[in-house]
Amino acid sequence: MSDISAAQGSSTRAPGATHSPGTVDFGRRLLRIDRAGLAGLMSVRTVLVCCALALAIVVAGLVSMTIGSYGLSAWDTLRALVDAGFDPDARQVVYEWRFPRVLFAVLCGAALALSGGIFQSLTRNPLGSPDIIGFGVGAQFGVTLTMLLLNLNTYPFKAVGALVGGLATALLVYLLAMKRTVSSFRLIIVGIGVSAGLGSLTSWILISVSVEQAMMAATWGAGSIASLGFDQLVPAAIVFGAVVLFAVPLRRSLPVLEMGDDAATALGIHPGRTRLAAMVLGVALVALVTAAAGPISFIALAAPQISQRLVRANTPMSMLPVMLTGAALVVVSDAVGQLLAVPVGVITVSVGGVYLAWLLATQYARRA
Amino acid sequence: MPVSLLASDVTLGYDQSPVITGLSLDVPDHSFTIVIGPNACGKSTLLRGLARLLAPTAGAVLLDGQSIQRQKSKDVAKRLGLLPQSSLAPDGITVADLVARGRFPHQHALRTWSRDDEAAVAAAMAATNVTELSRRLVDELSGGQRQRVWVAMALAQQTGHLLLDEPTTFLDIAHQIDLMELFAELHRGGTTLVAVLHDLNHAARYASHLVAMRDGEIVAQGEPREIITEQIVEAVYDLPCRVITDPVSGTPLVLPLGGRRP
Repeated sequence: MSDISAAQGSSTRAPGATHSPGTVDFGRRLLRIDRAGLAGLMSVRTVLVCCALALAIVVAGLVSMTIGSYGLSAWDTLRALVDAGFDPDARQVVYEWRFPRVLFAVLCGAALALSGGIFQSLTRNPLGSPDIIGFGVGAQFGVTLTMLLLNLNTYPFKAVGALVGGLATALLVYLLAMKRTVSSFRLIIVGIGVSAGLGSLTSWILISVSVEQAMMAATWGAGSIASLGFDQLVPAAIVFGAVVLFAVPLRRSLPVLEMGDDAATALGIHPGRTRLAAMVLGVALVALVTAAAGPISFIALAAPQISQRLVRANTPMSMLPVMLTGAALVVVSDAVGQLLAVPVGVITVSVGGVYLAWLLATQYARRA
Repeated sequence: MPVSLLASDVTLGYDQSPVITGLSLDVPDHSFTIVIGPNACGKSTLLRGLARLLAPTAGAVLLDGQSIQRQKSKDVAKRLGLLPQSSLAPDGITVADLVARGRFPHQHALRTWSRDDEAAVAAAMAATNVTELSRRLVDELSGGQRQRVWVAMALAQQTGHLLLDEPTTFLDIAHQIDLMELFAELHRGGTTLVAVLHDLNHAARYASHLVAMRDGEIVAQGEPREIITEQIVEAVYDLPCRVITDPVSGTPLVLPLGGRRP
């Protein structure tokens, strides 16, 4: 990786020195595909980063599956995972209990990170993530209501509750922040206010219900993927797959929209339609995670920014690296959480808090 | 034969209050049409209508015989480009990456970067003289360089028509002339250009077709020689002036008489 950055460093000093006419000097190493049906460009750095992230996810996932009271070596864990005829006890622990948890970590991380990328691109602001602008808290509030007031505790109902809560909050934040046009700064400030309000409402509901109910909601509210199995994973994965499929066109249209509505319209994009689709898909991604695992904070905030720096992208919407970064963050956080015996949400909130402080400090420094 | 871009009896405005009512304009094919007029005369509104940034409440803008609002936006974007008055360059984007975004309407999910894209971007950067800047960050450029990069992005779109919304505002005189010469070159190459401009003398020098507007209406249109007269300039701007022949280009040159108006 160091030789790439070295090549870039030296070439900035001699711009356009070695390139033939008719080609474009992008200033980085690129892989080109040019066939009749398929043509594209990908930077070598992005490919390497994606491979490294995928490797990190596999290794951290495997390590995480060895952790627990039923002690297993990494090798036995791997055998229990792939060999159906292995020791049935180990097979049950690894395949039925620990494996879905890792898959959930991957899914939650990827979904939250993509949602963060969508909202950061829409608001053109690294703070414009669903955790900050209140959509995450809205989804959480929706699930709390579904669980405690309607007494519906299965995944589909919680998912609907999260989606309705998230979308209603998004609508509320937009209406409150609207003043002819929506500025991203006002959106973020209003979002922080609305999430504080919804947070208090959630607490109020928790102290008004019975202790058992409050305990159940509080366990979920800490953000944990520990008790999740294949029965929750399958519906969540189906919803996730569908949302990602619909979100694929945003990979190209959102970066264009970042240049402003006029420029985007001139390039053939409908800004209103694109924004609405992006909002609904972004909220759906948060909702599907919140319904299953509770709030896992700061992944949506941090993953797009980390990935953007890793691949040196000019948009938080480079889908594959963003989703892999989010997945790696959650898998690693969950492994650390198991070692410290705390839910994954506690780890992400602690690490994320430090990151947020740093982000605010640097943003403030740039403005001042 | 009808022209390929025209406004037919359009009413344009914001929040129900029309700025322009029932205006018609034919943009001559392969012309360099420049729209002039005082502030709030509706010239930018007209350009926004032509660019489909603003939907007419009555009438229609026709591109190749069909209403621009009824055609697929991406298809329109292959034939009609726009240099907006202000655009936002994403943080940390390089010149080459920004110009490459102009290829969006020609790409689709499985063809995100073809030989044609590469050739178009390289040609656009060469035409605007920004090839040397390709690896630089757009944020680090001077105002003049940055505007040339935005023009390069619009050129990479490879449209027969290009709309320019006050393209030289905020630039110094040398960069203004540099940019106007570039547009003149595009015009000679066959591109139809429509620009909104404040500088009358630049308009007179470079336009092949001049449109003078006031209070949402077209007061006069035609060749600069016919339009830039003492009478019309005073009628459009309430500005007493003398018009002489520009000794450099032979086009009309407006000299305001000055003095506070009563």
